[in-house]
Order: sequence, then structure tokens, then C-alpha cells
Amino acid sequence: MDAAVAGLRRLLRLILSVAATFLGLTLVTFVIGRLIPIDPVLAVVGEHAAPSVYRAARARMGLDLPLSVQYLRYLRQILHGDFGTSVITGQPVLTDLLHVFPATVELSLAALLIGLGLGIPLGVLAATRRGGAIDQAVRLLSLFGYSMPVFWLGLIGLLVFYARLGWVAGPGRLDVGFEDMVPERSGLLLLDSALAGQWDVMANAAAHLLLPAAILGLLSLAFIARMTRSFMLGQLSQEYVLAARAKGLSRRRVVWVHGLRNIAVPLITVIALTFGSLLEGAVLTETVFAWPGLGLYMKNSLFNADMNAVIGGTILIGVVYIGLNLLTDLLYPLLDPRADTGARR
Amino acid sequence: MSEILLEVADLRVTYPGEGGDFAALRGIGFALGRERLGIVGESGSGKSTAGRAIMGLLPPSARVGAEVLRLGETDLRGLDEAGFRRLRGRRIGMVLQDPKYALNPLLRVGEQIAETHRTHLRQGRRAARQAALAMLESVHIRDPARVYRAFPHELSGGMGQRVMIAMMLIAGPEVLIADEPTSALDASVQRQVLAILDEQVRARGMGLLLISHNLHLVRAFCDRVLVMYAGRVVESCRASELAAARHPYTRGLLAALPDLAHRRARLPVLARDPDWLEPVR
Amino acid sequence: MKPVGWQAWLLTETPGGRAQARAGRWYRNLRRFARNPLAMSGLFVVLALIAVALAAPLLAPARAVVLQALPDRLLPPSLAHPFGTDELGRDLYARVVFGARITLSIVAMVALIVLPIGLGIGLPAGYFGGWIDLVLMRLTDIFLAFPRLILALAFAAALGPGIRNAVIAIALTAWPPYARLARAETLSLRAREFVLAAELQGASAWRILRTQILPLCLPSVIIRLTLDMAGIILTAAGLGFLGLGAQPPSPEWGAMVASGRDVLLDQWWVATIPGLAIFVVSLGFNLLGDGLREIFDPRAA
Repeated sequence: MDAAVAGLRRLLRLILSVAATFLGLTLVTFVIGRLIPIDPVLAVVGEHAAPSVYRAARARMGLDLPLSVQYLRYLRQILHGDFGTSVITGQPVLTDLLHVFPATVELSLAALLIGLGLGIPLGVLAATRRGGAIDQAVRLLSLFGYSMPVFWLGLIGLLVFYARLGWVAGPGRLDVGFEDMVPERSGLLLLDSALAGQWDVMANAAAHLLLPAAILGLLSLAFIARMTRSFMLGQLSQEYVLAARAKGLSRRRVVWVHGLRNIAVPLITVIALTFGSLLEGAVLTETVFAWPGLGLYMKNSLFNADMNAVIGGTILIGVVYIGLNLLTDLLYPLLDPRADTGARR
Repeated sequence: MSEILLEVADLRVTYPGEGGDFAALRGIGFALGRERLGIVGESGSGKSTAGRAIMGLLPPSARVGAEVLRLGETDLRGLDEAGFRRLRGRRIGMVLQDPKYALNPLLRVGEQIAETHRTHLRQGRRAARQAALAMLESVHIRDPARVYRAFPHELSGGMGQRVMIAMMLIAGPEVLIADEPTSALDASVQRQVLAILDEQVRARGMGLLLISHNLHLVRAFCDRVLVMYAGRVVESCRASELAAARHPYTRGLLAALPDLAHRRARLPVLARDPDWLEPVR
Repeated sequence: MKPVGWQAWLLTETPGGRAQARAGRWYRNLRRFARNPLAMSGLFVVLALIAVALAAPLLAPARAVVLQALPDRLLPPSLAHPFGTDELGRDLYARVVFGARITLSIVAMVALIVLPIGLGIGLPAGYFGGWIDLVLMRLTDIFLAFPRLILALAFAAALGPGIRNAVIAIALTAWPPYARLARAETLSLRAREFVLAAELQGASAWRILRTQILPLCLPSVIIRLTLDMAGIILTAAGLGFLGLGAQPPSPEWGAMVASGRDVLLDQWWVATIPGLAIFVVSLGFNLLGDGLREIFDPRAA
């Protein structure tokens, strides 16, 4: 009973916090939209319009209304998925966003998988052999990772592995010859080409994905391994670890089953943070790798003062952030039975 | 005393440190039969270190040496991790102080008990589950099936400690080390847990090493008592003869015990003598 | 070796007064820091950055930064041009040296904006509690939940490119962690005796915050700032790379990497060398911050 009430309160608090964050996001983007030095009315009516024409256009666009009313209108539009029209593509911004987003998701997911696949084991090993070679390597790797300008590492990667060694394919998602050969279903090329049975397209897509995913994965690894290490160190000093060894379990089982189970909870947050930072880092990485995703779309919009598209992209990433936070909060009680009753230490 | 289950002679543990080595144990010895042997001492006297040294659970930096360190016929000196692993839980178990911390918070307690069974007896999941349920019943848990599925935070301290005992006894060890098994529990629950420990140890013909800072408890519960001070055994006698103890430290401890029958305005302060650090001649 | 003289005074186990105890603690921390080679190399890099920024005109002729010499374009590193030349024939060495000034000033300006905002929100929230705390921290949480880089981009795009706007954009998105930290520190300080004593003496809240709490909050906030410096440098360089930061012909390192991108395959040095400068400087701040944290907050290390 108490658990049900507590659960309900938690849910309510969660909804309120999501709503507040979303409102904050729209408010900030609204302010950003008003900050542009370019007069949007002039852009419509032209430099030499008569004052009456100017005023009429201004009223038509709702710009003569009080700011609070303008904000509410803006909010309503966003809630309806109306981000306006992109100046560059002439299409609704939402259509554009949904078209480019899968490419970003594919790259970010691939990088995240590399980062997790290597980062968690490395972090665990660093914790169990504290001060050993792996521990030192993880420490150095994370210091390097935290200090690396990703756009520069990407360029160096292209120079070495694509131009000099020829191990990977170059910028873009596909070679020109392979474009538009598979029907778009999920927007994830690896998946779509597999579904279509186009194995050569898939191989080409993988060759293009490899370098950016590896570089982004390496940088996420720095964060993941370091956090895993520190979480695991916290667990290894717990009494239950001693008890588990006292009943005859191998160190390996104690660490990889008992310990890992306990760090899974905080690791969820790390994973969400990493995925979020991969998404927002996309603006830089996609520029370097000419990767036709959300980042490149936003970069092009930035340079053409296409504010609808910029703000639409910002809101999309912000909403994904909020969604990731929400997902983490919802996953907590599934992984930690103590979370329901608030008995967590 | 009957057959010797655990024999220790001149057990020493040192930790290398920057300002010179620190000796946590400076040569302790005892023999444990099918009995209840209590080790008392203040914190830092090395009593927990002794228990952990016997089980090979000290951190890698600890240097352990002994003249004799024997569990039944098995020499524990120089045993590697794999060797210790086969003994822990199977031939020697350890109950820790607070079940709230000593049980994995994210695993169902029944699975944690069954895990010991599966690790050592390798009879499969179903057999381990049955054994764990039976074990829960034998430590007087009324609804074993429900408790089996519970998580540690859903149990009271007394229930948790019974689970802990079940987890350590399910594979049938000869010796159980209980390190402050009741210190984290309420006074009323302490008795129940001690009674269960006693019942199990007697029924299984085990040796019990009860580590505690509580002289009252050890005197009332154990057959024999070792008193430790600064990494050394300063007194060893039958619990019933403790009143006649000779060592000044033991006498000081006894004198410091509050006594309901003879009300005292002020408890005496324990005086310490640097001579106690020297070996007893 | 037994410490003698002033060393003995500093290292004594029985300091004669508060001043001596404090000096001794600082000295001990200093010695621990000096024994950490990584932290020392971080300190060296940061000091070198400051020295290069200050002495830039002595290290390279200022006019070489913008001096175009088309016949000399895209020369590889040599004695005359240690880092080579770029696509307009400008000396990369001089540009990297003067770029240190830009990097340092961005970092300093962001710090100067972020600290007052963070402290201004965190201190009152922690000190007054109640609805002030609730409102301010809700606001902070909302900002914390935002994608920082994207917001900085959007701000920079709206405000128009340029260093000043890049700094504002970064600072506007970087303050929330400082507000949280300042609040946490204030919460732990506000119940201490010296604060209560000051309250009893009738000191105003503003005065207590300024004279009692602020000085004790500063060290942890400054350590956090050192650790964040690398992130700030990387964000600024990223904005520069995208063309939203410093504008040409200003020798901003991120923009220099961007301009070397087109000639990357044949003239690798044009993009590589400024990128290396960004990396080394952020690494320096990270090493320094790491070392400081290890001394002042061993738990987090």
C-alpha cells in the first residue's frame, strides 16, 4: 500500500519535472528566436516596403502581440509538431528532422555500443587491479579522451585510416554508387540494407560507419570506463563482497555477477549521459565526416540563418534529453528493488 | 576436548606501511574442537583479522605467517586463492556483523543461499533451491517460500542474520566463524540469533569461533574464552573460570563491566600497561 | 633527514596557532602536489600557456599573424616557418602563439561570467532554503537537463558569430553545476558555529554570505572550474571550427583547424598543429584539475 502511494508520488513528481523541463526548453528556444538581430518581418516584406505594408505583415505574423501571448502561440505550435518551414529545404522542419535523425541515431548507437563493449570491461578490470597496468591505461585514456577535440581527431583519423592506409571508407554514409539502392524503412542503413538483403550496400555502409563510430566510441569509452571503475571500487569495499567470497565464490563471479549487478543502476545514468552527449556532439562529428544527419543539418541551417531549423533541431535534441532522463528514472526501480520504497542507501 | 577441527599456532599478520610495518597479529594460537570458543577484545585488538586470516580473506597487501594453521587435515599455510575457495563455505563459513550490508542488496536472499549450495555441491538449480528452502526452515523461518523470494531490505535484522547463517551453513562446514554476529541487532533479537547459532552448531557437531567485543555475551554463551589485546592472546581459559583470570587486562575488563547487583557510582577506567605488548613469559 | 628551520615550523604536529596550522596544511598539500608528476606537468602546460599569451609579441612578430604571402603558401615546416604556412602563406607558428591569447581570454571571460552567476544562485539557495531554494534549484535543474553544446550553438547562432558572443553562449550554458556546488557547500556551512555566531551578532544575510560563506566556498568552486576549463576550451574551439567563434583572420585554433581541413590530405600540418595545441592545453588543464582534486577531495579521485 505504502509502496503504491510512494510509487504514485514518484510518478507525479517525474511528470511535473518533465513538464517543467520541457517548458524551460521551449522558453529558452523562444528567447533565442527573439534574439536574432535579423528582423523576420523585413525578410518577408523586403527592405523597401511601405510602413503600412510592414505593419500589416507584422500583425499577420503575430509579432505585434505581447510577448507572453506570442510565447503561448509558439508553445501551441510546438506541441502540434509545427516547427515552421525551413528556409533552405522549403519543407516543414519536422519532416526534415525526421528524415535526417536516423543517420545520427545510427552513428551514435554504433559509437555507444563500442564505448560500452570496451569501456565497461576496462573499467571493471581497472577497479579489480587497482594501480595495475590496465588501471593506469584507463586513467591516461580518460585524460586523453576528456582533452581531445573530437573534430580534430576525426580529421586525423580520416587522414591516416582513409587517405593514407585505405582501411576504411571516406566521408559520407555510402559511396555514390550505392546511394538510394535500398528502400528506407528505419532510416538505419545497416538495418535497412539487411532487411533488403543488399549485402554489398551493407558492407559499404559499415565501411563508412567504422571510422566515425570508432572515434566517437573511443571518446565515450573514456567516460564510461572511468565511471565504471569508480562505481566498481565503491562496490568492492562493501561487506556483501566479503560475504560472497566467504561462502566460496570465485573473485570473478563476485565481481562480474554480484558487483556488476550493483553498478548496473548508476551505469544506466552514465549510458544515458553518453548517448546524449553523442547526439549533441553530432554537430561537430557530422561536419567532419560529412555524415548526413541531424548535426550536419543543423550546421547548414546555422550558416544560412535558418532559425526555424536550428530551433527545431535544438528542441528535438532537448526532447531526446528529457526522454533519456525519464527513461533512466523509469528503469531505476526495475533494476533496484529498493527504489520502490525509497529505502535506497 | 574432542577432536581438533582448527588449530592455530603463532599466527602473525603484518601490513607493510610507509612508516614501517604494522603488526596486526603478533603470534596467536589456539585449538578449536567441537565447542564454542569466544574471542574478545577491544576494536583494533586483531580479533577480526584473525578470523579473516584463517579464511584467506585479508587484502593482498597483508603478510600472513604461522607455525601451524590447520583446518582438520588441511594445512592452510601457503594455500592459494583456488585452494581457499574450495574450503570457504564448504568447510569453514563466516557470519558477518550486519546482514543489511553483508547480503547483496539486489539479489533475492533465497538465490544467495542457493548460490553457496550450487558453488560447492553442484547438484543443479532445483536441488539448490530445495536445500535453501529446507535450510531457511531449519533456522526457524516460518514462511520459507516467501522469504526465499524477498530482497534483503525487505527483511528485519534478525531475519537477515538467519538468512546469513543459512547461507554459510548450507554446504555443511565443520567450522563457523561468527564475527560480531549480533552487534547490529536489537537486544531482544540477539538472543534468538544466538540460540539459532547454538542449535545449529550443536546439531551439526561444528566448532564455533565467536568474535565479539562483548565480554558478557561471550562469557554466557561460549565454552572457552580467549582475550586479545594488541594482536596477542593475553588470556585463555574456560568461560566459567573467567572470574579467576590473572592477566591485568582481563581483570580490568571484568572490573569495567556494569553490574546490576552492585550499583557503582562510576565505572573504573581501564588502565593500560605497555608491558602487555611484550610476549607473556 | 629531519626537517629544520622553517620546514620544521611548517610541518610540526603541534602548531602554535591557527595561522601556523593553516600554513602547515598548505605546505603539506603543496608537497603532495609537487610529488605528482602528472599534476606538475599540467601546471607546467597551464603556466606555459599564460607565459606564451603574455609574451606573444616577443616570441613572434605580431604582423606575421595576418601577413599574407601567397608565394609562400602551404609551405611544410622548416627553419623559417617552424610549423609551416597556411593556405594564405601566413606563418603558422606566429598564429599558434597569438592564438594562445584568444584561448586564454575566452577561458578567463567564461570564468568571470560563470562564477558570479553560479555563486549568485547557489549561495542564496543554500543559505535561505525554503521557496527561494526550491525556485532557484528547479531553474538550475532545468538548465542542467539541457543539451549544453546545442544550446550554446543556438545562442551563438542567434547572437551572431564572434568571440564575445561565443563566450556569452558558453557561459550561459555552463553555470548550473556551479550553482549546485555552491548550494551544497553553503548548506554544509550554514549550520556551523561561526555562521551562527555572526548571525547572533546581527550581521545581515548579505554580509554573512559575503564574509563568512563565500570565502569557504571558493576553493571547491575553483577546483571545479579548473576541471571544466578543458571542456570550455573544447567547446570554444568547436564553435570556432564551425565558424561561430572568432572570425578570420583572427588566429583562433579551432577556426585554424577548419581552414586546414580542405588541404588536409596534402598539407597535413595546417590542421594538425593548431589541433595539437588545443589538445595539449586542454590536457594541461585536465591534469592540473585532476591533481588539485586528488589533494582537496581524495574521495572523488
